[in-house]
Amino acid sequence: MDTTFLLNGESVTLTGVGPTVTLLDWLREVRGLTGTKEGCNEGDCGACTVMVTDGQGARALNACILFLPQLHGKAVRTVEGMSSPDGTLHPVQEAMIEHHGSQCGFCTPGFVVSMATAHVNRDQNHDDALAGNLCRCTGYAPIVRAAQAAFEHDVPAWIKDDVATLKAPALSLSGPVHVPQSTDELADLYARRPEATLIAGATDVGLWVTKQLRQLDEVIFLNQCEDMARIEQTPDGLRIGAGVTMDRVLKAVQGKYTSYAEMIRRYGSAQVRAAATIGGNIANGSPIGDNPPPLIALGATLHLRYRETRREMPLEAFFIEYGKQDRHPGEFVEAVTIPDQPDRMQVYKLSKRFDQDISAVCGAFNIAVEDGVVSQARIAFGGMAGVPKRAEAVEAALLGHPWTDDALVRAWDAWEQDFAPLSDMRASAEYRIFAARNMLSRYLLNDLGAQTSVLEVQA
Amino acid sequence: MSVAKPLPHDAARLHVTGSARYVDDIPTPAGCLHLAFGLAEIASGTIARIDLDQTRSAPGVVGVWCAKDLPADCDCSPSAHDEPLLSDDSIHYLGQPVFLVAATSHLAARKAVALASITYEERKPILSIDEALEAGSHFEEGPRIWQKGDAEQAIQSAPHRLDGEIEIGGQEHFYLEGQAALAVPQEGGDMLVHSSTQHPTEIQHKVAHALDIPMHAVRVETRRMGGGFGGKESQGNALAIACAVVALQTGKPAKMRYDRDDDFMVTGKRHDFRIHYSAGFDAKGRLQGLAFKQYARCGWAQDLSLPVADRAMLHATNAYFVPNVRIESHRLKTNTQSATAFRGFGGPQGMLGMERVMDHVAHHLDLDPTAVRQANYFGSDQNAVPAAVQTTPYGQPVEEFALGEMTKALIESSDFKARQDAVRAWNETQPVLKKGLALTPVMFGISFTLTHLNQAGALVHVYQDGSIHLNHGGTEMGQGLFQKVAQVAASRFGVGLETIKITATDTAKVPNTSATAASSGSDLNGMAVLAACDTIRNRMADHLAQLWQVSSDKIAFGDASVTDGNRTISFAEAAKLCYEGRISLSSTGFYRTPKLEWDRLRGQGRPFFYFAYGVSASEVVVDTLSGEYRILRADILHDCGASLNPALDVGQIEGGFVQGAGWLTTEELVWDDKGRLRTHAPSTYKIPACSDRPDVFNVALWDGANQEDTIYRSKAVGEPPFMHGISVLMALSDAVASCGHGYPDLNAPATPERVLAAVRRVQNEL
Repeated sequence: MDTTFLLNGESVTLTGVGPTVTLLDWLREVRGLTGTKEGCNEGDCGACTVMVTDGQGARALNACILFLPQLHGKAVRTVEGMSSPDGTLHPVQEAMIEHHGSQCGFCTPGFVVSMATAHVNRDQNHDDALAGNLCRCTGYAPIVRAAQAAFEHDVPAWIKDDVATLKAPALSLSGPVHVPQSTDELADLYARRPEATLIAGATDVGLWVTKQLRQLDEVIFLNQCEDMARIEQTPDGLRIGAGVTMDRVLKAVQGKYTSYAEMIRRYGSAQVRAAATIGGNIANGSPIGDNPPPLIALGATLHLRYRETRREMPLEAFFIEYGKQDRHPGEFVEAVTIPDQPDRMQVYKLSKRFDQDISAVCGAFNIAVEDGVVSQARIAFGGMAGVPKRAEAVEAALLGHPWTDDALVRAWDAWEQDFAPLSDMRASAEYRIFAARNMLSRYLLNDLGAQTSVLEVQA
Repeated sequence: MSVAKPLPHDAARLHVTGSARYVDDIPTPAGCLHLAFGLAEIASGTIARIDLDQTRSAPGVVGVWCAKDLPADCDCSPSAHDEPLLSDDSIHYLGQPVFLVAATSHLAARKAVALASITYEERKPILSIDEALEAGSHFEEGPRIWQKGDAEQAIQSAPHRLDGEIEIGGQEHFYLEGQAALAVPQEGGDMLVHSSTQHPTEIQHKVAHALDIPMHAVRVETRRMGGGFGGKESQGNALAIACAVVALQTGKPAKMRYDRDDDFMVTGKRHDFRIHYSAGFDAKGRLQGLAFKQYARCGWAQDLSLPVADRAMLHATNAYFVPNVRIESHRLKTNTQSATAFRGFGGPQGMLGMERVMDHVAHHLDLDPTAVRQANYFGSDQNAVPAAVQTTPYGQPVEEFALGEMTKALIESSDFKARQDAVRAWNETQPVLKKGLALTPVMFGISFTLTHLNQAGALVHVYQDGSIHLNHGGTEMGQGLFQKVAQVAASRFGVGLETIKITATDTAKVPNTSATAASSGSDLNGMAVLAACDTIRNRMADHLAQLWQVSSDKIAFGDASVTDGNRTISFAEAAKLCYEGRISLSSTGFYRTPKLEWDRLRGQGRPFFYFAYGVSASEVVVDTLSGEYRILRADILHDCGASLNPALDVGQIEGGFVQGAGWLTTEELVWDDKGRLRTHAPSTYKIPACSDRPDVFNVALWDGANQEDTIYRSKAVGEPPFMHGISVLMALSDAVASCGHGYPDLNAPATPERVLAAVRRVQNEL
């Protein structure tokens, strides 16, 4: 197959590229563009960050888990393309020098690209924009100073030009790589080739390749199925297509479900949110994916599709046991719908580090109270069982009872009925269950107006 | 003068444009082979059967080596000759290299490794400190003990006593650039090695040994590292040796870089420690007797563990005068990665033990911990009798103690007292979130404790156009050493920095160098370069004086020119005149640190040329429902002497603080009961991210020249600021203590889970 994209302003067409060759390896080993670094090869350090621009704008992405076919029709800028062709530095590069933002310099290209992406998007939340870039030397302070200083400067023309020059010829396909152009095409293709691996953002499958060294015999790239990447308000609620990336989910739920949005702000990093899709996070069935708990607590409906046959189920029903979901061969996640409701949900994501860390426990609480009595309770957890799971016994203990301290006591024993978590490198079983219990206390204290988030405290 | 100016890093422009070259970026000659190690899957035992047929026949594989296929004794150890490159069938830790694959690409080599089939006869591994103690598994003949006075008697007779213990986790270096080496065979069996190393001479030495050739046949070049932090002092040896062996045997260039997971699994980390303490003190918390038992988990091989454990002992009382001290140090041998150098080199662990004592004593007496610290400082009133200079437990006089004044200054500048009140008021009204505030000092000894390492060489050329080429034995890992040294050279010749070219560290230019370690880079190499520059400058002055018929002391260098007061010519013209006058414009320079005398077995003498000081105050907020926390504010006052480059020094302090805070908070290494490291990538091992730095982050340099005659009276700055991170742990302890009456007993790293457990302990002791 051919893949065509802009690389630092110049058109590149690749023929016969393996479907799982990463952009990082190709840049470094084939193009000799060694400014983009490999730090971890799993999307966690940001040393390989590149800027990818398409019709939706510019995003920072990790090149180490980005397969070349995902770039078709897009513009890629590496650190080498941040300065102008005549060598004029980008304002973030100037600022990084002036503010002593580099020491060993190895993470610096990734930082420069993330900063330039935030710069073109006029994003001033530097901590969020840079959460996916690790630096071991500077302590970040000078880098943030540089980002702040660069913000005052205009976006250079050569960065703006990418969007204008984007034009890609239609794909010509052959061999085992498939790039369906619509959900209908995907449905037909996947039904015929149910053994194929679906790849959307590759934030998970990327690691099968770079870390587990798996050979993927047949893959289907979902990135051209634009009709599966839509967000619509329907009579049943907010319908989010499976292909919607997490940065867009964040925007979609921002005004509606504030705490869910705040959790997504900490989900992965800017680079990961720009690649990862909500459908992928559900379909992979991970017990520690961060979307299922809040979606289950919101009573979301999952839409599955096999050819023209569609079925729906409450999201929690999809997760049967660890590694097993209610999905038939050739069937795929098409969308998820969140029913409209008042925002009563709080999501508590517990991890060793606030940003870009996998949850030890992720608890979502959606409790309605009428006249001081719990009238509805939907509570769901990640990290507490082999699947994302509702706390049904806890819910039952709360329902119909006064919403006071007594509720915590009444629910006390129910926690062990619902969950028997594991101990691993993220947390012990004891901590998980104790912290989960405390989340209910926190929810109550939130309702009573107490300040309970360290993220909201200033010196 | 160029010194003392806040100039940017010399490679800043290369960094931001992506054109700074690291080992893996060097264009390789055609046919370069790529290497990967096959790693042991058990922590202890022997190999019963090894089948590498599938590996050998995998696509792209050019060769496979086991220990028996190696040309000579390929030892990788920097000390005890106990680290064979590949397993000799005995397995000492999970992750130990067993075989080596060379293939046509990095990916092909990794894939081939995965096809190996090895069966083992397993033994029960010794993993923990307790298991090592039980098995009597240690380095050296037994614990090392240093004493001053009679600690036991002093503790027993003191009005107050307490015992306690702190567990201190290790730390992965997480240099952003993983370990890497490239060997390019030369004519006549010589070898050129590019290595991401803090110690090119060691790489040269070990490669020469492995190939059984003289050191003169091996040249090692290091332009820069993408971070080192001690993790590239000895841990690069294996890759360089492997590349050299393959390059020698195949005649092709060979490159090796660890995948990040392999880097975690193979290489050593900071030593984890358990420190037990017994303290005797008066009602004001002044220590009368103190006894430490330090248990260091050293891993399977000796590496640098003995000097690391020594330094933990050397810093066991930090900035405090303790009249009676006993320090017992156990260096335990375990079936884990061989713990190695890491910024501070044992100092942080030793120092944390002491700060824990201060915190515990203050809590025990219900006194302000800052006041207790100040009451124990060297030179504090009650200790000043007799007036003689006080000495450390190892007998070094503390002639210049800046912390008394520095602490007062920081208390003032950080508004510490008012904030203490505010924290108390907050904690009284808030049900869930508790704040904590703590101040801790750093007193860090500067010099290698292996005295002969305190030497450095340099090579300086002045070309006939006046441009200057500079080389020294130090390596650049981000700390800005090259720029500082270039500033020294520019100052000596009175020229601008654009005149100076700093080139890669090269064992063919400066021989027999020490590792760039122990914070000594600019102290040692700056002085060596100064000596070389002055030799050339004096020759130039003599020649010009002769030409101009004046005495040579009339010749002055400055503003890129040379003058005798009447005539002024450009430095370039001066260089040309000297060249035409057949004056040597090249010189080596050499430096050895004076005043050092140290007996490590007795624990007596003067191991350090001087001390670097610092003090920091951190404020945190803790969530008592989950144990989560944030650093709200940090104020640091740090002593760099007369700073060679204030911008670079502040960078070391900011970065050191955050790295030190990471060590004690989120960076948790978890091994399972089989000895497998479960936190082996950034997905599971969490170094601080951008938002983890304090919101308010004030760093200031203490204004004062080094009393000792160091390079422009500056002080070393690489390691000391790391230990400011201790104030974060103590602030967390302060916040947890506000939840009840018990002592928090907070171990490190204080993950949210440990903090929550401490909160529960304290709450239950009402």
